Amino acid sequence: MNEREKNDPLREFGERLDKARAAVEGPPDKAPDDAPSTSTALAFGWRVGIELVGAIVIAELIGWAIDKWLGTRPWGMVVFFFLGVAAGMLNVYRAVKGMGGAVGFRPPPPGNAPPAKGAGWSEDEED
Amino acid sequence: MAIELHPLDQFKIEPLIPIHIGGVDASFTNSALLMCITVALASLIVIWGSRGRALVPTRWQSLAEMSYEFIAGMIDDNVGHEGRDYFPFVFTLFMFILIGNLLGLIPYGYTFTGQIIVTFAMAAVVFIGVTIIGIAKHGWHFLSFFVPHGVPFVLLLLLVPIEVLSYIIRPFTLSIRLFANMMAGHTMLAIFAGFVAPLLLAAGAIKAFAVVPLGVDILLIFLELLVAALQAYVFTILTCLYLRDAIHLH
Repeated sequence: MNEREKNDPLREFGERLDKARAAVEGPPDKAPDDAPSTSTALAFGWRVGIELVGAIVIAELIGWAIDKWLGTRPWGMVVFFFLGVAAGMLNVYRAVKGMGGAVGFRPPPPGNAPPAKGAGWSEDEED
Repeated sequence: MAIELHPLDQFKIEPLIPIHIGGVDASFTNSALLMCITVALASLIVIWGSRGRALVPTRWQSLAEMSYEFIAGMIDDNVGHEGRDYFPFVFTLFMFILIGNLLGLIPYGYTFTGQIIVTFAMAAVVFIGVTIIGIAKHGWHFLSFFVPHGVPFVLLLLLVPIEVLSYIIRPFTLSIRLFANMMAGHTMLAIFAGFVAPLLLAAGAIKAFAVVPLGVDILLIFLELLVAALQAYVFTILTCLYLRDAIHLH
C-alpha cells in the first residue's frame, strides 16, 4: 500500500480520475446499498423456489428407492415426504434468514468469518 | 400443409466424431464441442486480457479484470479470507457456466448447461469437494454439522435425519436450478419461434400476426440473457456459501 501511495504518477492519475468522475457523475454516490437490487432479489427468488420443490422431489425419490429395496411400500414414501417437506422448509428458512446454504450452520464468533449479510447475498458488481 | 414442431430437438446430442472404446461410446459430440469452445474462449479472455497490464485498461483487460474482481469480491464477502485458496476453482466454474449459457443463445449453438448430467456433474464436484474440505479441516467433528445445538435427545431422532437430508439435497437442487432454467428458457424460445412459420403460411391477413410471436421471441432473448448471467451467478454464490459452511464450522 505504502509503495503505491508514494508512486506519484499513479496518485496524480487517481486524483485526475476522481475529478473527472465527479464532473461527469456529480458527487460520489451516497445511496445506501443495503437495499438489494432487482436482479439480486430475482436470483434469490429463483434459489428459494427450487429449494422447496427440489427437496420434496428428491426425498420422494429416496423414499421410493427404499421401498423398492426393502419392500416397505408405501411407508418409505410417506415418511420421506414429510422429511422432504421439513428439509425444504428448513433450507428456505435458513436461506431467508441469511444463514447461508447452511445445514447446521451456526453464526461464527465475531471476527472469525464475515457476517452473513441480509439473506446471504452481497453485491460487488460496482467496482 | 402441416409443419411439425420439435422444440426439444435443440437439446439432442449428436456425435460429430464417433469414437468407440471397448463398447463405450466416447464420441466427440456437439455438446463436447461447445464445451471446448467455452474453455477456449474463457482462457482467451483471461490470457489475452492480462497480456497488456496497462494502467488504463483496454476492453479485453477490463473484461478480465472485472470478472476477476467480481469473483474475488464474492469470495471475500461470502467465504472470508480463507476462501481465497479456492479462487481458481470458483472462478473457473463461474466462467464456464456463464460463457456456456451465453454461447447457447447463439442460433445453431448448443446449450450444454441445459443437460442435467452436465450441471449435476458440476454440482457433484462442488458437493464432494466441499464435504472433503469440511472433513479435512475439522476431522470427524464435521459430523456435528448435523446435530443442532441444545435440542432434547428425543427430538434429535427426528432432526438429524432432516439435517442429513437437507445436506444431501444440495447437489440436486444446485443442478436442477441451472438445468431447468436453461432448458425452460430455450424451449420457450423454440415454441414461440415455431409459431411464426405456420402463421406466415396462413391465408390472407392472418399472416400479419406472425409479428406477435416474433416480438415475444425478441423479448425472450433479453430475458434469457439475464437468466444466463443470473444462473451463473446463483450457481457460483451457492458454491461460495457451501464453502463457507465447510470452512467455518463453528
